[in-house]
Amino acid sequence: MRTIALSVAFSLTATMACCGPFIVVQSTTSTANSGLYDAILPQFEAESGIEARVVAVGTGQALNNARNCDGDVLLVHAKSAEEQFVAEGYGTERFDVMYNDFIIVGPGVDPAHLNDAENASVALSSISATGETFVSRGDESGTHQKERALWEVAGIDTEENNGDWYRETGSGMGATLNAAVAMGAYTMTDRATWLAFGNRNTHEILFEGDPVLFNQYGIIAVNPEVCPNVRSEQAQVFVDWMLSDAGQSAIGAYTRDGEQLFFPNAD
Amino acid sequence: MQTFADSFSTAFGLIVTGDPILYEVVGLSLQVTFSAVAMAVLVGGPLGAILAIGRFPGRGILSVVVSALMGLPPVVVGLGLYMALSQSGPFAVFELLYTPMAMILAQFIIVTPIIAAISRQVLSDLSLEYGETLRALRATRAQTIATLLWEARPGLLTATLAGLGRAFAEVGAVMIVGGNINHVTRVMTTSIALETSKGELAMAMGLGIILLILSFGINAALMGVRGTQRARAYG
Repeated sequence: MRTIALSVAFSLTATMACCGPFIVVQSTTSTANSGLYDAILPQFEAESGIEARVVAVGTGQALNNARNCDGDVLLVHAKSAEEQFVAEGYGTERFDVMYNDFIIVGPGVDPAHLNDAENASVALSSISATGETFVSRGDESGTHQKERALWEVAGIDTEENNGDWYRETGSGMGATLNAAVAMGAYTMTDRATWLAFGNRNTHEILFEGDPVLFNQYGIIAVNPEVCPNVRSEQAQVFVDWMLSDAGQSAIGAYTRDGEQLFFPNAD
Repeated sequence: MQTFADSFSTAFGLIVTGDPILYEVVGLSLQVTFSAVAMAVLVGGPLGAILAIGRFPGRGILSVVVSALMGLPPVVVGLGLYMALSQSGPFAVFELLYTPMAMILAQFIIVTPIIAAISRQVLSDLSLEYGETLRALRATRAQTIATLLWEARPGLLTATLAGLGRAFAEVGAVMIVGGNINHVTRVMTTSIALETSKGELAMAMGLGIILLILSFGINAALMGVRGTQRARAYG
């Protein structure tokens, strides 16, 4: 009994003793799953001496966690939700940091002929017209918010078909891609997650290039006036670095299979 | 399906090359799970004994509650603990969110009812068997509990193994309160979830195979202890 108690005490102290300065980044999943952080954070940590701990969840959950003051920096991709976050006082200021684009992927045989579609609305309309399965994130993530806006522009009521050809997984981009591949279905994804995704099977990019598919990532430091616990000094160092020449060129230098995944565009 | 074959070679490759990331993740998994289960044994064992042998009002209801808590969905535990430990929650001052300690607490909450409920069952069965003898020998309450706990070792080991299995395989709660942060709170199960979401299915399955091997090793070791004890007792 005493050995158990001692080992508990030992491992508890072992888990608690650690850490130099660090910040918690509440982040969208695409930047983590695509390997961007693994590529650029070591450089930030070497230059600043600050460890950046990334919690990768959907944009909706990241915003909520940050509203609960459980993060020092937000890096997400849903501009209007981000601006609302700042307007409510939770964030100090929002900055554009980088962009890429959304794409629609599906089975290579392309039963809904997305390859011929001239814009995103036409592409989505042909999916609904043929009744081919479309898998949605359904999780209030940045990708999900964008996707819903596109259906609205196309004038298609997905709620009516929810559970029929329109299926919500309610989970992350990777899980949704796995589901779409397994079902032979279409789905919308950010390009970075797709390029880094290992389970494509016969799925390929079937629609891309419409300017409405632009995907802007923003960065926000959590406001210390609302959340007194935030490590705002270190958070600001991180935001400044991401927007600096060093950070921006690190982002631009990251490639997978020769393709650039994120395009820096800080002012 | 190439993935199955790939996952075995991936698992084998990770083990023989001594992948440092793998060892870090396995180490944290073991540390978190052993700490949580040890705490759960210290709390759940005596709680089971009190429920089995104690005579107090509300004992029946409490037994049902403890049994029902065995079915707690880990994701609910994770969510509840997140709300408690969050900077906007009541226990913000401890700053435990996104630390291994938060993961230990989550597993402790999940495992304690399992250990308490199994211990209660084992001890009340034994109490029926030995109760009369102990009364005839005029054993005190403390002596009775001590004797029963000693005699119940095999059953209590089973309870511990059940708890270890549940804690080791758990992902929903530790994902929420740990945050799956690289080098800080990333364990075996959250790594598997991450690799799955990257579409790296062979790697995910490979890690799953390693998890299974570890689980097998722990069970074999503890059962081995039990075998030795029995041999000594009857030898």
